[in-house]
Amino acid sequence: MSGGNAGEANERNGGNAGEGSGGYGGNGIEVEGLVREFKKGPRAVDGIDLRVKPGEIYGFLGPNGAGKSTTVHMLTTLLPPTAGTARVAGHDIIKEGPAVRDAIGVALQEAALDPFLTAHEHMRLQAGMHGIPKAEARRRGERLIERVGLSEAADRKVGGYSGGMKRRLDLALALVHEPRILFLDEPTTGLDVQSRTALWDEVGRLASSHGVTVFLTTQYLEEADALADRVGIIDDGRIVAEGTPDVLKAEIGRPTVEAAPAEADALERMGAVLERFGQRSPAPQGSAAVRLDAGTGELAEVVRALDAAKIRVANLEIHAPTLDDVFLAKTGKHLEGSADSAAPPTGELEALPA
Amino acid sequence: MSALARTRFARAAWVIAWRQLHRMVIKPTTFLLPSVLMPIFFFVAFAGGLSAVGDAPNFDYPNYTTFQYVFVLMQSAVFGGVFAGFSVAADFESGFVRRMMVATQTRSAMIAGYAIAALGRAILVWVVVTVVALISGAEVSGGAGDLLSIAIIAVFLNIAALLFACGIAMRLRSLQAAPLIQLPAFLLIMTAPVYVPRDLIEGWVHTVSDVNPMTAMLEAGRELIIGDPARTLAAIAIAAGLIAVTVVWARTGLRRAEAAG
Amino acid sequence: MSQIGYLAQRSLTRTLRQPAVVVSSMIFPLFLLAVNASGLSAATDLPDFPTDSYLTFALGLTFMQGALFATMGAGQAIAQDIQGGFFNRLQLTPLRGPALIVGQLSGVALQGAFQAVTYLLVGIAFGADLEAGIAGALLLLALAMLVAVAFGSLGLALGLRTGNGEAVQGAFPLLFVLLFLSSGALPRDLIANDWFQAITTVNPVSYIIEAFRSLLISGWDGEALALGFGCALAVLAAGTFAATAALRTRMART
Ligand SMILES: Nc1ncnc2c1ncn2[C@@H]1O[C@H](COP(=O)(O)OP(=O)(O)O)[C@@H](O)[C@H]1O
Ligand SMILES: [Mg+2]
Repeated sequence: MSGGNAGEANERNGGNAGEGSGGYGGNGIEVEGLVREFKKGPRAVDGIDLRVKPGEIYGFLGPNGAGKSTTVHMLTTLLPPTAGTARVAGHDIIKEGPAVRDAIGVALQEAALDPFLTAHEHMRLQAGMHGIPKAEARRRGERLIERVGLSEAADRKVGGYSGGMKRRLDLALALVHEPRILFLDEPTTGLDVQSRTALWDEVGRLASSHGVTVFLTTQYLEEADALADRVGIIDDGRIVAEGTPDVLKAEIGRPTVEAAPAEADALERMGAVLERFGQRSPAPQGSAAVRLDAGTGELAEVVRALDAAKIRVANLEIHAPTLDDVFLAKTGKHLEGSADSAAPPTGELEALPA
Repeated sequence: MSALARTRFARAAWVIAWRQLHRMVIKPTTFLLPSVLMPIFFFVAFAGGLSAVGDAPNFDYPNYTTFQYVFVLMQSAVFGGVFAGFSVAADFESGFVRRMMVATQTRSAMIAGYAIAALGRAILVWVVVTVVALISGAEVSGGAGDLLSIAIIAVFLNIAALLFACGIAMRLRSLQAAPLIQLPAFLLIMTAPVYVPRDLIEGWVHTVSDVNPMTAMLEAGRELIIGDPARTLAAIAIAAGLIAVTVVWARTGLRRAEAAG
Repeated sequence: MSQIGYLAQRSLTRTLRQPAVVVSSMIFPLFLLAVNASGLSAATDLPDFPTDSYLTFALGLTFMQGALFATMGAGQAIAQDIQGGFFNRLQLTPLRGPALIVGQLSGVALQGAFQAVTYLLVGIAFGADLEAGIAGALLLLALAMLVAVAFGSLGLALGLRTGNGEAVQGAFPLLFVLLFLSSGALPRDLIANDWFQAITTVNPVSYIIEAFRSLLISGWDGEALALGFGCALAVLAAGTFAATAALRTRMART
């Protein structure tokens, strides 16, 4: 039995390594003109092109209903595209489904687990479905369960797990066949801060020390910002912006200044002064805000101008641009879960919705 | 399929079957008891309550308990497949099917897995039903070959029912499939010679039972169990034919499910 | 009174708005009737079988079966009300417990009558006898309504106690056991198994079916009718008692 296993392992890995080594072959993702139309629904994905380099963490950021899950389903061979093509790990998602499935690990948005099975039993099931022999499955299962910190709960039925534990188990399950590319669909939605950072650490480690390519979808700017090497922003089935978080923010460029007058009746005058420095942008009750135009001066200049107008200032803040500003600039909308239009588009306020 | 692909297929099918069998052990009241109790109940109600029917003039089968024992065997073969179809539908609803679809290299391993589990449960049900039937006076006088033939017919019927149920579940992909699986199975069973031999049935049920494939299997089973086989090969051929048709039905269902995501 | 009317109307319109439920509770008993009438006709050749039309004989079981469907309907409806919060809103009104029960059951009674008329018409159209004549038909309808209400009250009690549609659904097989372990398929004295005969003798459903059957097969049989109505009333008393108790517990809890 053990001899057979070794040969098998060779065929599994060797078979993959040889193919598609050109371009992004090995561990990359190449997507061209991907479209998915649902019969009684919208054009959920409307012509997407993207490339993910081997070992990269790609963050797919967009509001609810943008088409993130539909894209993931197509790339993981769960859903055939209406048009377009994609190669995942060098294999065509339409013609070479089995080879793609061998190379990828997937944790879907709904971590469908069996409430009657324990973590160990899930491992056994998942490994078996990938065709991994039992002894090998047990070894890998132990290791992965320990790695995601579920050793103590590993013999309890999953029905009693918390949301965070289920996500961690789902991640561990996705890794059981040592995939080279990992798809995570909103892995931290609904998690508490602690579980979220733990998961970020784990994903970061997978990419940096194991060379796993990660395709991750999220509704949270903060997550894309913190985790992704590169971000694609998707809205209504189209990618509206793409690049590293820093470059994207730099494109939007200018920071926002927000100020509140000490006397409420001075608000209008204050707004007028601020408008000399840029375009008005939404602000909370009792404050005014502008996005500074390129070429205008620094915060000090704004202060001087307000002073000259004899407006006493109660509060003055400057906000660096966030990915929500990028989203706003490209789509005219805020991201889901971010502050509503009356509030300023600041990173702090958008983080961690309850 | 290469030898390796076959091994992997078998492993995947086995763990999927194992999951189903495992829950019968973990939660027998939900996942096992109904499928055991239902045939026992029918056996009691029919063999016990209707035994006088065996005394009707022209009822030429020797033993009414045996007559109903064979019916319940075949009925539990069908309902074993039906119950497994409910599991498939429930797994679509919970999203578990996606986990299987993305993990199995060859997706028909899913169907194979459900089929193995359904067969495993059916065998258990058959054992229980047989014990109950023997205790209550069913007469088994067929030889080993006859009994083997009955087993083959029942196993084929079970697999065909499962494939039919899978085909529906994979087309509807929700628990709304349940009545649509159950109703045809029920119609098939009830329009066969359930209570009396076919020539004693009057009216439209007689006409329907002439063309009902269940009839051939029931009649062959009833002949075999008393060691008086006449139409065994025909029954096995019909059962195999049902499998051939339902395999296509289940596979196209799987294709539909794959296309719908 | 208007409260009762409102609840009865609501219970009925809701039933009618689910054609799948109405149709299946219509069709299924009729299908079984058709299968049994044809498949078990050989039983009429047994010595001492009371009629030579098995269809007439089996019709008694059909009326009983329809009533059992009404039971499930009533239990499901109240469970849905509880799960959906309608029940909580009701509690804020000055509605009294008995009114709630009577209102729900009136809807069940109407459904039961509607089903019974259908079964009777279909049965007669296919040649079933009705020995007791028009007056007998009216009495038969009265019994059908009473039985629907009686078993409906059991369903109501179950729904009120569990507050869960699935739990009510889970009780369905139990009702089938009552139905099958009765004298529904053969006259009691022709049941050959001693123990099966013993079960059917203590099963109240047997007597209700026999009362229906007496009107169809033998005309006016005071004893059979008294037993049938008596059993139905006993079930009604038990069901109403259980439903009232369950309602009181639920009211106290919320
Ligand atoms: N099976 C389906 N049938 C019809 N419409 C669908 C289906 N799946 C998703 N959609 C629609 O496609 C759009 C994109 O959905 P999805 O990819 O789930 O978005 P996201 O994951 O970004 O929230 C939504 O409008 C959604 O309602
Ligand atoms: Mg999604």
